[in-house]
Amino acid sequence: MIKFTNVFKAFPKGGLALKDVSFHIAKGEFAFLTGHSGAGKSTVLKLVFAEERPTSGEVRVSGFNVSDLPTRAIPMLRRRLGIVFQDFRLLEDRMAAENVAFALEVTGARRATIPARVMRVLTQVGLAAKAQAYPRELSGGEQQRVAIARALVNEPTVLLADEPTGNLDERATRGVFQLLRDINASGTAVVMATHDLDLVRQAPYRVIELQEGAVVFDSAVDEPRGQAAPTT
Amino acid sequence: MNLTIREALLAFRRAPLLSALSVTTIAFSLFVLGLFGLVAVNFQRALNEIAQRVEIVAYLLPGTPGETVTLALKDIEAFPEVQAANYVSEDSALARAKRELVEFRDQYRELENNPLPASIEVKLKPSFRDAAHVNVVADRLRGFGFVDDVHFGRDWVEKLDRLRQLAAAVGIVVGGAFAAVAIIIIGTTIRMAVLQRSREIAIMRLVGATDGFIRRPFLLQGTIKGLLGGLVAMGFSFGAYYLINRFLIQATFFTEVQALAIVGFGALIGLMGSLLSVGRHLKRV
Ligand SMILES: Nc1ncnc2c1ncn2[C@@H]1O[C@H](COP(=O)(O)OP(=O)(O)OP(=O)(O)O)[C@@H](O)[C@H]1O
Ligand SMILES: [Mg+2]
Repeated sequence: MIKFTNVFKAFPKGGLALKDVSFHIAKGEFAFLTGHSGAGKSTVLKLVFAEERPTSGEVRVSGFNVSDLPTRAIPMLRRRLGIVFQDFRLLEDRMAAENVAFALEVTGARRATIPARVMRVLTQVGLAAKAQAYPRELSGGEQQRVAIARALVNEPTVLLADEPTGNLDERATRGVFQLLRDINASGTAVVMATHDLDLVRQAPYRVIELQEGAVVFDSAVDEPRGQAAPTT
Repeated sequence: MNLTIREALLAFRRAPLLSALSVTTIAFSLFVLGLFGLVAVNFQRALNEIAQRVEIVAYLLPGTPGETVTLALKDIEAFPEVQAANYVSEDSALARAKRELVEFRDQYRELENNPLPASIEVKLKPSFRDAAHVNVVADRLRGFGFVDDVHFGRDWVEKLDRLRQLAAAVGIVVGGAFAAVAIIIIGTTIRMAVLQRSREIAIMRLVGATDGFIRRPFLLQGTIKGLLGGLVAMGFSFGAYYLINRFLIQATFFTEVQALAIVGFGALIGLMGSLLSVGRHLKRV
């Protein structure tokens, strides 16, 4: 599903953001990416959705080889992925339902099918009642649910979440995390970058910890049956 | 409504002033082009009319006997290029001058003897009415011993033709300069629109919209502006034509095809402006 093999990433300004990163996340798996600020979590995710290309090594994502994917083919890769961020990235001048529909419109979905698909994912994230609300009329947790609905509406095989709870209070964090678990339970792989170690400890999921661009801990490798979180 | 069309039209609401400026410069560019175009079109028409009347006049030496002329007329009419040849005697030349040149009527009246030579007026067949054939026939006419001099409208034709070319060239240069300005302004508008919508574009990319799809509203928006500019220019050109026709000289307007071509050129300017700008600026957001 997602396979990094000896991946290095150097940015023109600044040093090595990733050093010899290798891991394999299987179909349907839930994996945390942890590590201090600047450790390279976002960079890993950016390589997955081809926002960045590896300097060397190989990145494979559901059949696509990101290392030498033609730029024209990147949209095709992204349609297989759902992506959410800490800052939600909603369009302020569009209602919740329109924000979700946007992802379908711009990928050329058949127009007649759009409203039903939008309502289905909004129901899935528990926001059907707020379909007509604008982002400014929604709480942070609700906005993140809209963003998750938008990520889900194209039925991705992987959901990438870069600190999805970073801007939320504890209650909203729990709600969003539970939603991600439910999504994973229904078969979608989830890769979630987070600082929140409490969250990581709560769930028996795969943990990949980065430090200064290198994988220093991978629960699948280092303690195959264990559930303990790393002690950073 | 389709997302592409909706976004393209929204641009007018998001940046009304810049949109108006784009349309105006395109309109101005095409109006200039249109004005000089009108001049060229009308010169062309005048030229065609003159070509219709292409006549070669062979002036005869005084005292050429009538029988000689009658024989020569037969010869000349037998030339393959010639449609008709007419003899104009000294007297009828004078009569015609009196009729046509009103200003000089009095002067002619006082003349003691007729200063006008007799002549043979030769009209060519339509397919031979061009400079090359006119020259050939003129040379042949000079070969007759009793022909003093041969005149034809070549100078005029060439002068008019040069004027027409000049009008067309000035129109293309000045119109082209304005078109370049219009392309730059359209480009700036697109740049601002891209920056204004950078969030939206980033999200489109994130959910897998193709570059072509992202570009399309911008291109459509530029094309619509160009089209509007072209229509406005055509309106003004028609106004100018109407005034000229009414108060100055009788003129003709563009044919439908020419008018469509000018409006289409406007759309092309708009498309070019956005095409040159959108790719460059999309890369930066
Ligand atoms: N576009 C870029 N140009 C130059 N350096 C970059 C760029 N993006 C990231 N970096 C560098 O790469 C390293 C890893 O950054 P990254 O954003 O992946 O960290 P992170 O683990 O996501 O941190 P955080 O928890 O703060 O989000 C950092 O040192 C950062 O400065
Ligand atoms: Mg980050």
